[in-house]
Amino acid sequence: MTKILDVQHLKINFATFAGQVQAIRDVSFHLNQGETLAIVGESGSGKSVTVRSIMGLLANNAQVKAGQINFKNHDLLKMNARDLEKIRGNEIAMIFQDPMTSLDPTMPIGKQVAEPLLIHGKATKKAALHRAEEVLELVGINNAKNRLKDYPHQFSGGQRQRIVIAMAIVNNPEILIADEPTTALDVTIQAQILELLKELQQKIKTSIIFITHDLGVVAGIADRVAVMYAGKIVEFGTVDEIFYDPKHPYTWGLLNAMPTLKTDSERLYAIPGTPPNLLNPPQGDAFAPRNPYAMVIDYQAMPPFFKVTDTHYAATWLLHPDAPQVTPPLAIQKREAEYQILLHQHQTLAQRSNVNDHE
Amino acid sequence: MTTNNTTARKKLIEVKHLKQYFNAGKANEVKAIDDISFDIYEGETFGLVGESGSGKSTTGRSIIRLYQPTSGQILFDGQDISQIKHRDMLSFRRDMQMIFQDPYASLDPRMKVKDIIAEGLDVHHLVHSEQERGARVNKLLDLVGLSRDHATRYPHEFSGGQRQRIGIARALAVNPKFIIADEPISALDVSIQAQVVNLLRDIQKKQKLTYLFIAHDLSMVKYISDRIAVMHNGKLIELATADEVYNHPLHPYTKSLLSAVPLPDPVAERARQRTDYNDAIEFDGQQRTLQEITPDHFVLATNDEVIAYRKLAQV
Repeated sequence: MTKILDVQHLKINFATFAGQVQAIRDVSFHLNQGETLAIVGESGSGKSVTVRSIMGLLANNAQVKAGQINFKNHDLLKMNARDLEKIRGNEIAMIFQDPMTSLDPTMPIGKQVAEPLLIHGKATKKAALHRAEEVLELVGINNAKNRLKDYPHQFSGGQRQRIVIAMAIVNNPEILIADEPTTALDVTIQAQILELLKELQQKIKTSIIFITHDLGVVAGIADRVAVMYAGKIVEFGTVDEIFYDPKHPYTWGLLNAMPTLKTDSERLYAIPGTPPNLLNPPQGDAFAPRNPYAMVIDYQAMPPFFKVTDTHYAATWLLHPDAPQVTPPLAIQKREAEYQILLHQHQTLAQRSNVNDHE
Repeated sequence: MTTNNTTARKKLIEVKHLKQYFNAGKANEVKAIDDISFDIYEGETFGLVGESGSGKSTTGRSIIRLYQPTSGQILFDGQDISQIKHRDMLSFRRDMQMIFQDPYASLDPRMKVKDIIAEGLDVHHLVHSEQERGARVNKLLDLVGLSRDHATRYPHEFSGGQRQRIGIARALAVNPKFIIADEPISALDVSIQAQVVNLLRDIQKKQKLTYLFIAHDLSMVKYISDRIAVMHNGKLIELATADEVYNHPLHPYTKSLLSAVPLPDPVAERARQRTDYNDAIEFDGQQRTLQEITPDHFVLATNDEVIAYRKLAQV
């Protein structure tokens, strides 16, 4: 697999009146061609800042302290504004959370979708509008031809998000960054938009970075997952590794805290406490004060990444060879067991449907 | 917590044929709630789910009498709330409190936490000295898991989860019987949501409260509720115990809604079969009422559909 984007040792601070907020503290990850990478984390964990730095859309008080973002032999962080503009909205495009605020209420949607083409000088006005119609049809706006002149307020929330997606993909970007694209939508609409993104990924062969706090959404869309906490990635792996064999206590907590339709215990597991203040990040593992499995070393030194498999790494001292063996919470153990059962069921189902196909 | 003999339990809230129209009689009339009826029993958590625009928040607001119903009745403890005289409104509001969605917008940024929490106590003259007031505030802070030093701080000094705890303490200050929680956790992070839900459940047990829990997160509603009502287009389309709604949904809309819930389980997600719902069947002009299909399981249906649903329920 080829890496299309490679982020190395990224550090970003925000200058505030109270001091330097260390929002991103040494983050490294890569995006493979054609995959969907989900970045999961709570608010303030730095997931949005990370992707905004890729797009060169950081706030004025942000300072990139260190790191590289490599895309096609270029470091995006070193690029000047002009060159970055050529990439932004063209080779790398972004879908924002709120379709109400990411569309211009005073501009017809056809023009808005065609705009990236015109800005990058890829088509004449007429051809751009024609292409906009095609893309709107592709994202499921029915009768797009007659709706090009309609304004955003004439569409529902779900349709508006489809229009935002059309705007993002009109230039066939190689990387699509989706920052909580379904958070503002109802579950049924959310499911439709997620299906659309998966379908589009097949059709236009793009790679996706998907930012969300909803683990349910991640399970449905991601190939790989990176879990962020307090400005750092604490665990990453394939979607199955993260959901069925997680190693970091924070990932355990997150998975445990979410009730599923099957949960019937009297109490939900809640991660105690609140995330640390990144004005003065703690010395060791930032999660240690909320971690029931924390050891003395967690308060003293930042854990490095320990390898679990070739694709699965976790930054927790629990994986150190000298660390005591701990058993993960019961619900996490159950996940592993359920996984085996589910795999078995699906294999038999698949076999059965194969048999039916042959009849 | 669920019991089957609901008939023997006391009804705290009775909603009867409630209609809430906005701009009634004008061209832009909106039927936010269109003839719904349900009861909430004392001590239970009644979950109300539906997508945005389904009328679930309007229902909550009508019950606490923020709106005057277009028609229909809402009884609280046997008393018609629209008949409550102005001078009795104060005691009515004491019995019924609300927790709001946005912990950032629902707290006055210029008030100290102790004054926010004690505002209800002051309005209802429940405390008679500064000392007593402080003691009550401290007790409430303990109850919702905040520290006593927090009393003299301002809302901006708190995180979202802590603010929601302040909102809960404010609601509890006047010892209400009934709490309407309108999307109380949807603005919070996953790890904080669990803390607040546990808190709500603990307090319910301690103080024997009744909840109306309004939300769009179906997994959370299932977890916290005894019974669940599903709303769509201002109508209540299905009502049953939480397990029944999730395990044996009957109305096609409920089925479609459940099939769309994302699960934190990649294998299940890969196998997901989403069912689409076409709401055209709701607008075929036929009269539908909420009818009991199996014991305590109600679905909005015509008489013909009832027979079909009963057959479906037997399978």
